[in-house]
Amino acid sequence: LSFNTWVCPSLSYLWPTVGYSDQWDDLNKRFSPPLTAKDVTYICPYIGALRGTLTVTNYRLFFKCTDREPVFVLDLPLGVVSRVEKIGGASSRGEVSYGLVCKDIRNLRFAHKQMEDSLRKSIFEVLMKFAFPVSNGLPIFAFEYGQVYPENGWKVYDAQAEYKRQGLPNESWRITKVNDHYELCDTYPSTLVVPVNISDEELKRVAAFRAKGRIPVLSWIHPESQATVTRCSQPMVGVNGKRSKDDEKYLQAIMDANAQSHKLFIFDARPSVNAAANKMKGGGYESEDAYQNAELVFLDIHNIHVMRESLRKLKEVVYPNIEESHWLSNLESTHWLEHIKLILAGALRIADKVESGKTSVVVHCSDGWDRTAQLTSLAMLMLDGHYRTIRGFQVLLEKEWLSFGHRFQLRIGHGDKNHTDADRSPVFLQFIDCVWQMTRQFPAAFEFNEYFLVTTLDHLYSCLFGTFLCNSEQQRVKEEVPKKTVSLWAYINSQLEEFTNPLYVNYSNHVLFPVVSMRHLELWVGYYIRWNPRMRPQEPVHQRYKELLAKRAELQKRVEELQREVTNRSASSERAGSPTRSITPVQTFV
Amino acid sequence: MLSSLGSGGGKTAKPSFVSYVTPEEIKSEKEPYKKENQPDLLPGEVVFCSACPVLKYSQDDMSQRGVFGTLLCTNFRVSFVSDEVQVEETCKLFKNKLYGENDIPLACVDNIYGGYEDKKKLITGGLLKNKYPSKIIVHCKDLRVFQFSLTYSKEEDAKKLCFTGVLDHNNVVMKTYLRSSSIDNNAVCFVEMQRKERTMLFDCLEDWTQDMKRTKGNCRLVTENSSFELSQKLPQFFIVPLNVTDEDLVKFQGNGLPMWCWSHHSGCALFKTASLPLMLTAVAHNHLYSVKTEDLSDTLPTIQDIQLSYNKFKQFFLIDNTTEFWMSDMKWFSSLENCGWLDMIRQCLLKAVEVVECLEKENTNVLIMEESGSDLCCVISSLVQLMLDPHYRTLLGFQSLVQKEWVAGGHAFLDRSNQLHLKEKVESQSPVFLLFLECVWQLHQQHGPAFQFSETYLTVLSDSVHVPVFATFLFNNDSHRANVLRAESPSSQRGPLNCPSVWDWSVQFDCRAQDLFTNPLYAQKTKQDRSQRKSHRPKHQRQLSLPSSAFKTPTKKGFFKDEADSLKKILGVKRISRWMLSPSSDFPPMSSIKEFYETWQAKPLDYHGMLLPCLDGPSIRVWMQRYLRWIHDVQILGGGPVAVLSKVSELLAEVQELRSELDRHARTVTSNHRGAIRTRAKTAPENLARSSVRLSSSFPFVTSRNWSFKPAIPTSMLQSLMMSEVAGDLASREDDGSEPETVV
Repeated sequence: LSFNTWVCPSLSYLWPTVGYSDQWDDLNKRFSPPLTAKDVTYICPYIGALRGTLTVTNYRLFFKCTDREPVFVLDLPLGVVSRVEKIGGASSRGEVSYGLVCKDIRNLRFAHKQMEDSLRKSIFEVLMKFAFPVSNGLPIFAFEYGQVYPENGWKVYDAQAEYKRQGLPNESWRITKVNDHYELCDTYPSTLVVPVNISDEELKRVAAFRAKGRIPVLSWIHPESQATVTRCSQPMVGVNGKRSKDDEKYLQAIMDANAQSHKLFIFDARPSVNAAANKMKGGGYESEDAYQNAELVFLDIHNIHVMRESLRKLKEVVYPNIEESHWLSNLESTHWLEHIKLILAGALRIADKVESGKTSVVVHCSDGWDRTAQLTSLAMLMLDGHYRTIRGFQVLLEKEWLSFGHRFQLRIGHGDKNHTDADRSPVFLQFIDCVWQMTRQFPAAFEFNEYFLVTTLDHLYSCLFGTFLCNSEQQRVKEEVPKKTVSLWAYINSQLEEFTNPLYVNYSNHVLFPVVSMRHLELWVGYYIRWNPRMRPQEPVHQRYKELLAKRAELQKRVEELQREVTNRSASSERAGSPTRSITPVQTFV
Repeated sequence: MLSSLGSGGGKTAKPSFVSYVTPEEIKSEKEPYKKENQPDLLPGEVVFCSACPVLKYSQDDMSQRGVFGTLLCTNFRVSFVSDEVQVEETCKLFKNKLYGENDIPLACVDNIYGGYEDKKKLITGGLLKNKYPSKIIVHCKDLRVFQFSLTYSKEEDAKKLCFTGVLDHNNVVMKTYLRSSSIDNNAVCFVEMQRKERTMLFDCLEDWTQDMKRTKGNCRLVTENSSFELSQKLPQFFIVPLNVTDEDLVKFQGNGLPMWCWSHHSGCALFKTASLPLMLTAVAHNHLYSVKTEDLSDTLPTIQDIQLSYNKFKQFFLIDNTTEFWMSDMKWFSSLENCGWLDMIRQCLLKAVEVVECLEKENTNVLIMEESGSDLCCVISSLVQLMLDPHYRTLLGFQSLVQKEWVAGGHAFLDRSNQLHLKEKVESQSPVFLLFLECVWQLHQQHGPAFQFSETYLTVLSDSVHVPVFATFLFNNDSHRANVLRAESPSSQRGPLNCPSVWDWSVQFDCRAQDLFTNPLYAQKTKQDRSQRKSHRPKHQRQLSLPSSAFKTPTKKGFFKDEADSLKKILGVKRISRWMLSPSSDFPPMSSIKEFYETWQAKPLDYHGMLLPCLDGPSIRVWMQRYLRWIHDVQILGGGPVAVLSKVSELLAEVQELRSELDRHARTVTSNHRGAIRTRAKTAPENLARSSVRLSSSFPFVTSRNWSFKPAIPTSMLQSLMMSEVAGDLASREDDGSEPETVV
């Protein structure tokens, strides 16, 4: 039983479709079709040294060892490789080894005999080339990927339709086309929702006062109270405490759009110290003098650098082995779960203000594309059950993360060999981790399962789909990503059953308030420690649930068949209440 | 006689209180009490003292709000009766019949603190009697925390209640209670006893015979101690290796006798013993295989260690106020690690796995020993049996296991729980049984469908240890039980006192509540499973071809002492404690166990076969239901395991219904008989599913009716902590990463 294929069957499923493009120059052609090397040793931290065949294509690294029972297979999309390094020179036994540091919390080590020097060298070169296509001036594999799916995943999100679902536009909020050509703000989507009584001219003046022109725009509106979640970047206050009448009027308009409350909460995701330090660079935060009736709250969430460091420590603690005796204190020393707690706590406060306080909120950090995206999307997940369905969640990601310009290309570094880039940070991973924590606390409230979240993260790095490429909607349009690549949602939605939580109960209008105490937060073993074979369950419990659902479906079918038979036989008889109707109102996901 | 006095010198205006009266008076004058604020007393329960009005602070916020009422102390419990008209608890599904949510059985009182202004002091008997606290805080063994303000009640009452009632009476009370706790045994129905399938109590010959037969054990059943002639320490009945002679029984007086626990299907068996293994050879001879001995005290924590660790651990959950809770949240993981409780659980499970490996893989007999033979021996032997024998993972099987290994096995429940709060017994107090339940819970949460009982069942069982009604947990061993029950019998004509067994769950819960004890996901054994299993095990029974008698040598005097050493060599007696070697040792001591686990893990899972726990760091968890159920701030409203439970119950109910629908149709179709009106009675689980949005993670212990639907926002954030520990320059950097410095 090879665990590598167990974890990501989807990738092996795609194996036959990988090809190469004839647009590439001759040098590239030399190595594709796949380059294969025999007698390569994979040094597995759990099993030990394995000898087998290594294949590298323009998409993946494939290692197979047939010496043992069961056959061992390692199947790795090159997109997850963060760094390739040679380890030392030739060893005494004439072997040269090199290691792959991966973005998905593992490291791989291979060794070669020195003799096959030319082959080893070429394998190394091929790896460097296709793992970092951007650095080598090559296209990312998603642009080569030719699989056709029954559904076009790029149609999942339609901004107009989503705002319509929320009841927008309405008497207080309008949809503006001012950013149609990304002129107001090049990192924002083309469709924006703003207060009715603010003109497009005024929007431009507000944009001048907000960092990167990221003005406050609506993310979500409460269907009953009309309290809203709006997002933006920091105001350009600076050391001199600059003010903007337009910005002040704008926030007042946001508050006025909600008749239920005469207050506005501004949630600044940063620690107050950092927010204040930003004044030195022209940024800052809203002073309560300038913005009347507004209350400013700092949420103490740290920046991308702290988060990156925390994940680095976490990887040290969990990979490859866990130090038994100090597991908990080691985990604590990474601060990873503390960050998760702070993010969830922030989102909880936002959701609470909107739901319980019926007050509108404005959320920002510095630029409004990292912590802000985490907070608004989590708060929306708590407030709106629609986002807890599989398609709803896809909409949430498309809207709050992709269209509002979370800089995936920079944060992940797709195909870029500069692994020390300070712009890289696990911001999106943290968000998915927070979502997972919520699914743990509310096991029946989400339509998707853990495998859905793991798959999303796997393809965050795989570069197989176009979904997480580029930094903004504008760039994606320019690169024609929707035209030239396949969306991850096409793949997911073509086999929904795999990703469906069998326990899902669709409570309508049910707000979730997760508990953000460390007592209820735990490390996501199924993601961070999934490479360790000891931590893998033999049979996932949801298998039992699925069996149960299958049983029910089977019985339902039989009842219906018999029912038809009965009705056919006694067509003339008096009509009793329809039994099929009395069976169950619950949806079946089998 | 009850006497009501006018306001007498107290600083408060509220005048009425109930004076202290002797139990005799109460007994004769029960009627007037009924009119007062009083709980429904159990038969034989008497009120010692009471104070009124007392303010009970509400747990879920920091404010000084609460409810006024009367605080009483009886010979069974401390009880708070609210002045407010009790709103009839509509869906109080899980009501304990013996005590309510505002009652604390005296044996369940863990510590009482006095609140003096800002300070909190542990109240002990020796505390100055003239200085009584304005507030008392009661920590319970089931982790509840009560806070009462005594400032409004009359001083004398309060004093009496604090010192006379709650504290000093504790020890006296227990005896009294025992005497009176015949609980009218006629009223207690032993329905279960009549049933064919029942919990085996192991208090009679048949149970032992049956269990040995079931496991195909081939040992000697000892009946010579049925009236404790051999030893007071030994159970009435027990099983020893075949060739233990009558002489040996008399000679060893229970010390060093290998007591049979369980036989593996290969023929090897697990034995436990108190003190030194003088009788080693007997075990060895019994089965021809070598025997491995393991002195548990070498590698496992002592009972004092266990007590110490648990005392630290439980403090994390005995929360007086919200601020304290969120403060402790910051260092949660390291505090958890430092108290060592989870590590003890891991050690016990690991030891059990090691024994399992010997039995299952090497087919050798195992003899576990420790000085008492009834503490960690019980933990390990019962865990081994749970892992190897699916019978013990059924509800009745599990109860039988506890009876066999713990009750008949002579675990000193009374001393270990120190229910009498005796000072001289403080040393011997230790939550060994709870440690066992913790281990069971770990197995349960890793392999849920293998167990017929639920998590809730385990939590309730852990609570029931502190309800001093059940014969199961009141005594130190068989003879102690027999003696006490005989001596304390109130009237000779009624025969010996008969306390109910804890397994008679109807004493505490009604049938609907008992439904929550079963695990809806339990993988029932199908016939197919059975046939498969048979084919699985071809290698066994080989020892039958060599009858043990053939190897039996007539025992001579001095055999054991003099020849023990040489026999040890011959029989290849090995120690199995290889995993606790010093951590610095180069050779990984865990490797064999690791391999054993991994080999097992690689096979397809069989819920009716051997179960092994994963022991890696993240796999050993905190038993949330037991420890967090009373803490308001961590209740997941609309979530938690109950959300799964209700959905699964709903599905099962539907499947059930569809089945009967099919049956009905089958009949209709064949007989062409119509018109049977379908009435669909809504089953309990279905209702549960509907309402699960309003249920919380502490279901079924706390109903959330009084709680606001407001999230708990942490009161203290941890930026100061973070700033100091995280590389400071990172925290202050810009998100753009525009700075040239690179941090990897």
